[in-house]
Amino acid sequence: MQGVPDGEVSSYLVGDAQPGDSVEVRGPVGGWFVWKPEDSGAVLLVAGGSGVVPLMAMIRTRDGISQAPFRLIYSVRAPDDRIYDHELQRRSAKDDQLDVSFIYTRAAPDSDPRLAGRIKIDDLVSHGWAAELEPTCYVCGPTGFVETVSNLLIFLGHDPTMIRTERFGPSGP
Amino acid sequence: MDVQTEAAYDGNALAGPLSEVFAVEVTTAVGRCRSCGTSSRVATLRVYGPDPGFVGRCPGCEDVLIRVVRTPDALWLDLSGMSALHVSMQSSDEE
Repeated sequence: MQGVPDGEVSSYLVGDAQPGDSVEVRGPVGGWFVWKPEDSGAVLLVAGGSGVVPLMAMIRTRDGISQAPFRLIYSVRAPDDRIYDHELQRRSAKDDQLDVSFIYTRAAPDSDPRLAGRIKIDDLVSHGWAAELEPTCYVCGPTGFVETVSNLLIFLGHDPTMIRTERFGPSGP
Repeated sequence: MDVQTEAAYDGNALAGPLSEVFAVEVTTAVGRCRSCGTSSRVATLRVYGPDPGFVGRCPGCEDVLIRVVRTPDALWLDLSGMSALHVSMQSSDEE
């Protein structure tokens, strides 16, 4: 759990909640940032940090019921910050219609030829889909990340109506 | 004064509070801005909040389309910035 200064939920969970406390969760709510299995077209998923969570739900939903080609570009600070690391490696190893690429913003593993740094247009070109394929793009992460990625996708020729976004607020420290 | 120019959230954040008062999922509905006429999915509005309430602005002209304020025992909903809200319904033939 990562605390966000002034964060409504994270400050409570980090500072006040104790082991054994129960919490009530409502949802899922919202019907826009959703992938439906009847959509067979190519899909690009772009995650910043914990923005991977709703995208992972799409990957899991697809498993075994759809052959829609999925590509996930997942931006994290450092290798240790990869959520679902093993599950993503396992799923992409056994499924040639699922590609997973990591972008490291602060510390990349030695084996990665890419220098650590924020997501750039080259990353979307190398690991995403060409705009001509008209993929549906789902982008989720901190607000600044989502703005950057959706602007880059539009610059690359993706139709703005094919880009769905979910911003979860300012990024943490 | 520090002016916040970038909306913190988008209309997806309204799904929870609006689900308390609407029988249908409203973030996929399309609202028309009274000011500039732009039609936008509620999910794509630029949203500021959550305190003292959520304010959803038009991606076209930044005018306020929706205000949602939740108090302990009520919900205030101001849609005066919209001239229409288009909600897709299942066709009655398909039942």
